[in-house]
Amino acid sequence: MAWFNRQKPGVEAPPDEGGRKVRTEGLWEKCGHCDQIIWRKTLEEAMQVCPKCEYHFRIDARTRLALLFDNGEYEEHDEKLGSTDPLKFVDSKPYAERLAAMRRATALPDALISASGTMNGRRVNICAMELKFIGGSMGAVMGEQITRAIERSARERVPLVIVSASGGARMQEGAVSLMQLAKISAALMKLDEAKVPYISVMTDPTTGGVTASFAMLGDLNIAEPGALIGFAGPRVIEQTIRQKLPEGFQTSEFLLQHGFLDAVVKRSDLKEFLCRAFDLLMN
Amino acid sequence: MPDEQPQPTQTAPSNPAWERVQLARHPKRPHALDYIQRIFTGFMELHGDRAFADDAAIVAGFGKFDDRPVAVIAQQKGRDTKQKLHRNFGMPKPEGYRKAMRIMRLAEKFSRPIITFLDTPGAYPGIDAEERGQAEAIAVSLREMSRLEVPVVSVVIGEGGSGGALGLGVANRVYMLENAYYSVITPESCAAIIYRDSGEAARAAAALRLTAQDLLGLGLIDAVIPEPPGGAQLDYDATAAAIQQTLRGALDALRPMNAASLVEDRYNKFRQMGNLFLSQEAG
Repeated sequence: MAWFNRQKPGVEAPPDEGGRKVRTEGLWEKCGHCDQIIWRKTLEEAMQVCPKCEYHFRIDARTRLALLFDNGEYEEHDEKLGSTDPLKFVDSKPYAERLAAMRRATALPDALISASGTMNGRRVNICAMELKFIGGSMGAVMGEQITRAIERSARERVPLVIVSASGGARMQEGAVSLMQLAKISAALMKLDEAKVPYISVMTDPTTGGVTASFAMLGDLNIAEPGALIGFAGPRVIEQTIRQKLPEGFQTSEFLLQHGFLDAVVKRSDLKEFLCRAFDLLMN
Repeated sequence: MPDEQPQPTQTAPSNPAWERVQLARHPKRPHALDYIQRIFTGFMELHGDRAFADDAAIVAGFGKFDDRPVAVIAQQKGRDTKQKLHRNFGMPKPEGYRKAMRIMRLAEKFSRPIITFLDTPGAYPGIDAEERGQAEAIAVSLREMSRLEVPVVSVVIGEGGSGGALGLGVANRVYMLENAYYSVITPESCAAIIYRDSGEAARAAAALRLTAQDLLGLGLIDAVIPEPPGGAQLDYDATAAAIQQTLRGALDALRPMNAASLVEDRYNKFRQMGNLFLSQEAG
């Protein structure tokens, strides 16, 4: 094999080219939908929406809150709650370790930020989910944060927005997660009776127990364009019915067409839409 | 412990959680109508959601319990292949939850307590169910059950399959039969996600802490109803009698309560669920 493997070193590895290579990593982003290469700064200015095809990139909870609140300023609530790992759950690694790693990676205690601030001068409570934190999954901590935000809204008569981005209930907390669906839905019953408006904003993706509870219980239910929204995930449905799903199934536009959304709202219009809606519903 | 005949399993020779899951799915296990016949007299089944269809996976109606009228709502599985298809394997569709809600409102209007039996592998994950708003139907059920001004008592008699089961389970008192399970995800799906192998369901069943004793320990149910030695499938009458006795105790305790305290009692019950978090330094 000597003819095949070069014996002299230095030929395979190019010489140190640190000096002549222009580093471009992180400057450009490829659109996940139309493959357009976009300068990252342009993308930021467009609120992480592709300028060519309007594909809405997923954004994290902090970016979301900064886009919605006036001057990007808000105060956080219940940010010190942490999971107790009630099941002592172990999968490929112990849940407690997974949580610790996620906290380090996201600098968040769990998959949600509960915040208050103003939108065009009106005080609003906004809960925003963090998809990067175990898929935005809902366990006891998120359940409690949302319930407290609902109670705060009812008490202070401040409208509520919940921006969902989640795969559903958190498997690692078992039935404890499941019961958060009932707990939050019951709290929304009280907010409903207090006649304080709640708008649910669904973003890509919103599925499972999150959809089957508070995400579908807004006085208004709205979604960003092209988001995956459903009860069962597409793979589960395909396995059940053993055929491919039709194009566009379980998208925001599909839900709008079937009567489950009040509107599909572009990210650039979201703040204005929310403010106008609260103005029409309150005072 | 009753001397159960352990089901032969290759993966886990002594795994009580998995044995109970298998008993909960036992082909001869009594289903809701088997209990309804034995516990209630003059059961009158009522059909349809007044919007789309009648869902045979949910049985709803009125009957008499100890000579007093009550509403009964139950998830129903089939015994033979034809029945299984008719009942959609106990997997309700949106119209099932909407029928249930219609009957619950009727019960509230005429001041009748509501008894629900939970037994489903999960809400149906199919194209038609998604089109008609499976998530919305369950979400509304969760919120509206929390508002009911009559006593509500739930019993998990077999499979407590996630949001599909909980959709009928927001009650003042929640009980589980000894070999029933209640889980955020089926052991098979959980295994497919964490072990990449649905054959590891036995392991997942143990990790999920889904048995009646587990849920009691987590403070998510009120009591475990004992089954005859070997499981409910060996003695329908004795199991029905045990359920009847539990229901009697629950209704006796709830009947004297007025509407407001019933709603408050149910709210507080779910409000404290999963109060399992610790304060921690953020980040």
